[in-house]
Amino acid sequence: MDIASLVFSSLYQFGDAFAFLVLSACGLAVIFGMMGVINLAHGEFIMCGAYVTVASAHAGLPLPLAIAAGTIVSALVGVLVELVVIRHLYERPLDTIVATWGLSLIATQGTLIALGSSMQGVGTPFGSFQVGNYSYSVYRLVLFASALAVLGGLYALFNWTRFGVIARATIQVPQMAAALGVDTRLIYSLTFACGAGLAGLAGGLYAPTMTLVPTMGATFIMEAFVTVVVGGADVFLGTAPAGAVLAVVKSAMTSWQGQLFGQIGLLVAVIFVIRILPKGLSGFLLRERT
Amino acid sequence: MNSLLRILGHLEGPQTVGRGPLFWALFAVALVAACAYPAFSDGYTVGNTVYFFTWVFIALSLCLIWGYGGSLSFGQTAFFGIAGYGYGILTINYGSAYGFTLVAMLLAIAVAALFALLLGYFMFFGRISGVFLGIVTLAVTLMLERFMAQTAGPEWHVGTARLNGFNGMSGMPPITIPWPGGSIVLFADIGLYYFVLGLLVLVYLGLRILMNSAFGNVVVAIRENPERAEMLGYDVRKYQLITFVIGAALAGTSGVLYTAWGQYITPSSMGMTAAALPLIWVAVGGRSDLTSTLVGTLTVLLVFQALTIYGSQYALVCMGLLLVLTVLLAPNGLVLGLMRLLARLSPSRRTGGV
Repeated sequence: MDIASLVFSSLYQFGDAFAFLVLSACGLAVIFGMMGVINLAHGEFIMCGAYVTVASAHAGLPLPLAIAAGTIVSALVGVLVELVVIRHLYERPLDTIVATWGLSLIATQGTLIALGSSMQGVGTPFGSFQVGNYSYSVYRLVLFASALAVLGGLYALFNWTRFGVIARATIQVPQMAAALGVDTRLIYSLTFACGAGLAGLAGGLYAPTMTLVPTMGATFIMEAFVTVVVGGADVFLGTAPAGAVLAVVKSAMTSWQGQLFGQIGLLVAVIFVIRILPKGLSGFLLRERT
Repeated sequence: MNSLLRILGHLEGPQTVGRGPLFWALFAVALVAACAYPAFSDGYTVGNTVYFFTWVFIALSLCLIWGYGGSLSFGQTAFFGIAGYGYGILTINYGSAYGFTLVAMLLAIAVAALFALLLGYFMFFGRISGVFLGIVTLAVTLMLERFMAQTAGPEWHVGTARLNGFNGMSGMPPITIPWPGGSIVLFADIGLYYFVLGLLVLVYLGLRILMNSAFGNVVVAIRENPERAEMLGYDVRKYQLITFVIGAALAGTSGVLYTAWGQYITPSSMGMTAAALPLIWVAVGGRSDLTSTLVGTLTVLLVFQALTIYGSQYALVCMGLLLVLTVLLAPNGLVLGLMRLLARLSPSRRTGGV
């Protein structure tokens, strides 16, 4: 294999790992960073997005619209969950974890009862292309582009829109924002819906590449958690660099020893990072800046 | 003699609900009933009850770490699995002669505790707390499950013990006590019942003493306010680490007993669902007290088994619902709430109440 195709292969694997980490983590990161809530039902929102996407695709919608449908349905479910459960637990962050875990159990088992143990998927679109001796899936490049687009979109949303400014104000000093006439409860609801929708988007994007089973959320959840822990509370200064660093670890370990060692590498990385940088990369970067 | 009395005095104290003659009379009645129970039941039902008892240890470990220590750990099932597999590997390799199963049990628990020491060092000395602790322990648990699930091939073995991937390991001997004139093999009926019951009573009383001693009071102080505890000169990290390791050993005890009970262990005993169940028992019972955890765990297990028999698929949904409702409506747990109500009504209030 010549150097160029080796480089391309490494870059491709890095991009693939980066997209997976960022897409599965950003919903969790938005909810955690903005609200301090860890949503253990995150994987189930991803599952919800994937199921809705595939169901709409079977119903005849083109894939991009089906993914949009998955995103919207997940966001709506997110609003519901926030209203019924999360809203009452903002004072008790540990209890939010426990309650969302209960939700995750209900969702997984409920899906199993309602829809059976697996669902007919849709094929991966766009086919593949050849570089050197290996063929690569085009759709993986689409996923990488989507991850970048999601990061860009979030940056625009939280920095350039009125909602973003109000949301960040609410997060920094909720009482002050409320005193200035902001409906903080509405902002929390919308933020949670945003996180849930991003999870749904991840599910929708990955739906064509994997088998749909009720427990599919668990495949995403570890990567998502690891990325958020390494990244810390800030989506842009945390999740994106954490995704990049961990993608290097994961793709290197995976190409060296296989899938499982990629995941073990992630776990070891996170344990070392919390020992050295307890507040994650964003805590470190923010401290450097001030 | 005096020091022994002082230690026994810690059986009652500010950190545990239940005091005075009435409570201990109830305790004695429950103990006698538990001892007499096999006489009124058949071997199968007794074996089933042992199954419930084996789970109480992991529930108590979570009560210790989460309820008393205030750090939510999802890693208890990881220690459960490590000790379970450890027991299997050791006994399959070295057999059960000369009471080796008891040694294997202790070694397996020690391995789980060592693993907790290593993991806990990174977590507590990195001063991560709250939700991050939960995430890291959960990630470790899921990782272990994935690792064990892919060990199906014949290349995955330790000595003569095949790990067998997703199907799990089986065929390890039950716990055997050496005895002059033939060892006693504790199959999953009356023999194992008394062994586990005895262990449970010891652990329960031991934990009561531990939590009411100076150590336990510091652990609770750290839960209430880590900064204040630190200002008072306690090394918060050390106390948290010790609590975590003790908890891991208890979870490991559960794992060994479970493995010895059914003579099998699978990776799914470390999965998402398996990790959620102890949390449900402890949360529903009342996480900040040993007695309510014990009672709550046995009650929820009983209900869960009944549900599994009558509506197998819906049992987990009900458990999830129970967890969410408990957190929303009775955050201190149902059993603990009930016990506090009873304590308020009983005459022992004069001695300080609870």
